[in-house]
Amino acid sequence: MKILVCISKTPDTTAKIAFADNNTKFAADGVQWIINPYDEWYALVRAIELKEADPSTVLHLVNVGTADSEPIIRKALALGGDEAIRVNSDNSDSYNIASQIAAIAKEGNYDLVFTGKETIDYNGSSIGGMVAELLDLPYVSHAIKFDLEAGKAVVVREIEGGEETDKVALPAVVSCQKGMAEQRIPNMKGIMSARTKPLKVTEPVAADSLTSVVTFDLPPAKAGVKLVSADQPEELVRLLHEEARVI
Amino acid sequence: MSVLVFLDQADGHIKKSSFEAANYAAKIAEQLGTVAEAVVLGSVSDDLAATGNYGIKKVHTVSDASLNKMDAQVYTKVIAQVVEATGADVLVFSNNTTGKAIAPRLSVKLKAGLVSGAVALPDTRNGFTVKKTVFSGKAFATISINTGKKIVALNPNSFNVTTGAGTAEVVAFAATIDAAKVEVVSVNKVVGEVPLSEAEIVVSGGRGLKGPENWGLVTDLAKLLGAATACSRPVADIHWRPHHEHVGQTGLAIAPNLYIAIGISGAIQHLAGVNRSKTIVVINKDPEAPFFKAADYGIVGDAFEVMPKIIDAVKKIKGA
Repeated sequence: MKILVCISKTPDTTAKIAFADNNTKFAADGVQWIINPYDEWYALVRAIELKEADPSTVLHLVNVGTADSEPIIRKALALGGDEAIRVNSDNSDSYNIASQIAAIAKEGNYDLVFTGKETIDYNGSSIGGMVAELLDLPYVSHAIKFDLEAGKAVVVREIEGGEETDKVALPAVVSCQKGMAEQRIPNMKGIMSARTKPLKVTEPVAADSLTSVVTFDLPPAKAGVKLVSADQPEELVRLLHEEARVI
Repeated sequence: MSVLVFLDQADGHIKKSSFEAANYAAKIAEQLGTVAEAVVLGSVSDDLAATGNYGIKKVHTVSDASLNKMDAQVYTKVIAQVVEATGADVLVFSNNTTGKAIAPRLSVKLKAGLVSGAVALPDTRNGFTVKKTVFSGKAFATISINTGKKIVALNPNSFNVTTGAGTAEVVAFAATIDAAKVEVVSVNKVVGEVPLSEAEIVVSGGRGLKGPENWGLVTDLAKLLGAATACSRPVADIHWRPHHEHVGQTGLAIAPNLYIAIGISGAIQHLAGVNRSKTIVVINKDPEAPFFKAADYGIVGDAFEVMPKIIDAVKKIKGA
């Protein structure tokens, strides 16, 4: 079994969101970077659990990013995985990024490609589906549970208003979310061994970019809260009914 | 040239978010001086001609029963055939779980730039740019789609639907349908609950409610209002409530008309998932709770005292 886990670098969930260069770029100064939580907590940790259950499993990580991504790649390797590949690119177009991952996945002949369900910065939810289409593989999105049974993947995925259990032959692409695994913290042994694990850097393959960012902006500030006394909660209901007209 | 919208169905009924996407597609078509058509896969019992009320001129149906279950790969190939036959160059999806599974595949298959999570009509005056949420609702980005064919996936509850009177022509489309590689073993839906992503009102509880045994305060109000229930991350993490109720940066991002937060302090990660709600109500005993800064209405008070009175007052206006 060969597994490829896609990891992306995102600002920490508490990072202040601001923009620079005339609102065309994220203001990265002083920002703490993390592994995209969906990629780390769910995709990577579940893949590590699969390797723990079957030590013959080969587990590789891939990141499409610049050298700035290396600290989060080392952190991912400290959690687990045999080696990492960084595709040296600063492209932010999903089709281009998916093309890079698909090229790595094809070359490495992986049985399983895991992604997070989305990144917490671009919120595209696109990479998994695009990689699957580029490789002409089945795609199970929004997985909350993943198991292997007799060479097939049994995946529970979220659908609107409930869950669906799917069975699919490998190879396949799966996007992962909450429920797949529990968050882990790297231990000292992991951190030490991550230093010597291979981190290969390759140059991107030629691929088109289909979209580009024109500008960023922040939502308008709220006008301020209208407080109602705790002694008269029915006044709140009246306001919601007559003023806001939402109930 | 036309606009084609994919109408997602479950159990034979078109989803609410798809009617919103249909109306959005019709408005794009109007902007571009063309017509909006729709595609529906699987057997549907709804009257599809009525999508005309949302501005759809023609509905292409592929009613093969094998399409009642969504396989991203199979759906992609069928929709691509409809795109080719109709010559559509703008494709619209609702950015729900189905849209997220198919739109990226079609982006690759049609070499069409995709913007997912759109929150407004595209600007088509000079090129084609679309505003979408980024940083989990903390900001917006305007993205330019630089390809001839374009795909836009609209965030549910982000477009103001206006209906008129119209009748869509419904035509059967003869498609080549592949066998699904993903076998659906079982579907387990929570019956009688409003799906969180489609709810107009959401009542949500946090650790301030002290334990799952007190959730009646949330569910009773939700039932009265026809609302969905949600919770903060710590509540899902300690298993007071199921994971699918978790809203926030690492849970579901929602944009209902009304979001009522009870006993939730409003950490930045939680706000990211709910700050597109049109009206936010916060009930918390801590006046310093950051949630009050993001709220429209608030009560500083003990939920255990305040909530029963609110439930009574809602009963009165609902005549219950």
